[in-house]
Amino acid sequence: MLLDPSLPQFWSDLFQVLLIGTGQTLYMVGVSLLITVIVGLPLGIVLVGTEPGGLFESPFGSRRLGRVVNRVLDFIVNLGRSVPFIILMVALIPFTRLVVGTFIGPTAAIVPLAVVAIPFFARMVEIAIKEVDTGLIEAAESLGATRWQIVSKVLVPEALSPMILGLSTTVTSIINFSAMVGTVAGGGLGDVAVRYGYQRYSTIHMVAVIFVIFVIVMVLQGLATMLAKRFAHRSRPNRAEKTVPALRASAVTGA
Amino acid sequence: MISVQHVSKTFRAGGTVTAALQDVSLEVAEGEIFGVIGQSGAGKSTLIRAVNLLERPDSGTVTVDGDELTALSPADLRRARRKIGMVFQHFNLLQGRTVRGNVELGLEIIGVDGDARRRRALEILDLVGLADKAGAYPAELSGGQKQRVGIARALAGSPKVLLSDEATSALDPETTRSILDLVKTINTDLGLTVLLITHEMDVVKRICDSAALIEGGRIVEQGRIVSLISTAGSRLAHELFPLGAVPALPGDTVIDITFSGGSADRPVIAQLARTYGLDVSILGAAIETIGGNQAGRTRLALPGSAAGNAAPISDLRNQGMLVEIVGE
Ligand SMILES: Nc1ncnc2c1ncn2[C@@H]1O[C@H](COP(=O)(O)OP(=O)(O)OP(=O)(O)O)[C@@H](O)[C@H]1O
Ligand SMILES: [Mg+2]
Repeated sequence: MLLDPSLPQFWSDLFQVLLIGTGQTLYMVGVSLLITVIVGLPLGIVLVGTEPGGLFESPFGSRRLGRVVNRVLDFIVNLGRSVPFIILMVALIPFTRLVVGTFIGPTAAIVPLAVVAIPFFARMVEIAIKEVDTGLIEAAESLGATRWQIVSKVLVPEALSPMILGLSTTVTSIINFSAMVGTVAGGGLGDVAVRYGYQRYSTIHMVAVIFVIFVIVMVLQGLATMLAKRFAHRSRPNRAEKTVPALRASAVTGA
Repeated sequence: MISVQHVSKTFRAGGTVTAALQDVSLEVAEGEIFGVIGQSGAGKSTLIRAVNLLERPDSGTVTVDGDELTALSPADLRRARRKIGMVFQHFNLLQGRTVRGNVELGLEIIGVDGDARRRRALEILDLVGLADKAGAYPAELSGGQKQRVGIARALAGSPKVLLSDEATSALDPETTRSILDLVKTINTDLGLTVLLITHEMDVVKRICDSAALIEGGRIVEQGRIVSLISTAGSRLAHELFPLGAVPALPGDTVIDITFSGGSADRPVIAQLARTYGLDVSILGAAIETIGGNQAGRTRLALPGSAAGNAAPISDLRNQGMLVEIVGE
């Protein structure tokens, strides 16, 4: 059945469908993002820490264990990142069934979304933490910090700004993948685009979905950039303000 | 206060083996400022980092305030480190914390609660002259101010010892002086023992009571500066009063006279001329105030051979001056 924009209920239907789709997308993305942070953050920290010379180089006093943990996690992360999402999603169906009870619907979609986003975010965390000056770790050590204190008081806070930017990239790709999940498992804006925009040839639905997704991505990225800046404390606006009048004054007096 | 005994440390990285410290022993007395000086790569950083075990030595022992750190369990070592403050060449401040937050870091680690922590941080910031910057972020500070924060952070936990790894190397001369004066003030007012490393003799001259010279991972010389000055052939003393290369003057004897304390203001040259009728020429001189006393070195050329000048030379020595014959 084709959709006719001239019918009075077309627009209210569109609105309804978009609202539900957006809600489902935000739910899928939100929950999988939460899981991603909860699992990906420690994973990234362990990835850096178990490297030679790292904080957890020898967990429980065993250097060997540290190396094994590092290799295994590194392998898993690489694997998770290199398998195409569509294949991962299908391959995960039995696992999703086990966890959620079904592989259809927004809740089921959370499983593959989290699985694909965790290694992605873990790498971002790893990169962000590696950027933290080792001098800061030494300073904390010299003050008698435990390893946990170094992680919680130095590494995470100092890497916060790049981690937020990494998280924003992660969200963008979760949104991207959530649309793909929608087409297979149902639910979300991807589902709307396929069922209405593609199968029923409604360009208006298609455009509306693209617009909503675009707005979501823009808002999240804007938010992330703002937060990242807020935590970076690298700009020196006060200095710049002070030097300009000084320069002008000296130009006038010729000093 | 700090005792380093027979410490060795070898680095193996990518096939190259560096003996960074070789059987190094060092004694720092309570309440003194001890300077370790040496060239780049001599092992200074490795040495100071061995004192709080940021770098664990391969062998030897490190004792600070009665605790043999090298024998402690990780938990006890962390506790012992709270008595040892450290400041760094590149400040190592947390960018995401305010000045006050940085100073509070060590207190948080010890578990001091919020209110007491804030009061202590403000008290220490006042001491280092940064009370008005408590709410600023490190990125908004000058190098000298950053180092003051670094010092405040190190002092917040009331340590007994302060370690300083080239704390002034990234600063301009004027700021360097103000930071050194602050370290001196802390040393006298709080009775803190300070071990600092540097590659600048000026730092040693300005504030150190004792010094050690490190070269290729070995301590070549160490002692109190007042006694080093009157030690014949002391390289540190020569570095303190650089007179340059000895000129070749055929027929003359070139002597270096080191004087300190009471002999500093005596009219030596006039006396030589008067008593022995010598035509003394001054080739060079360096005078410094060290530990509040005038000390210096003068290079003189006396006509004739060393044997011929034996009488005036022994006369000078009898007056308590260190005389070294450096050329004839
Ligand atoms: N972690 C390390 N791995 C390998 N070699 C090292 C390491 N740390 C120091 N070294 C080597 O040990 C030697 C002493 O280094 P150290 O940093 O103690 O010198 P330094 O006297 O502090 O020099 P600088 O004045 O340049 O800071 C150098 O040859 C250096 O290359
Ligand atoms: Mg060094």
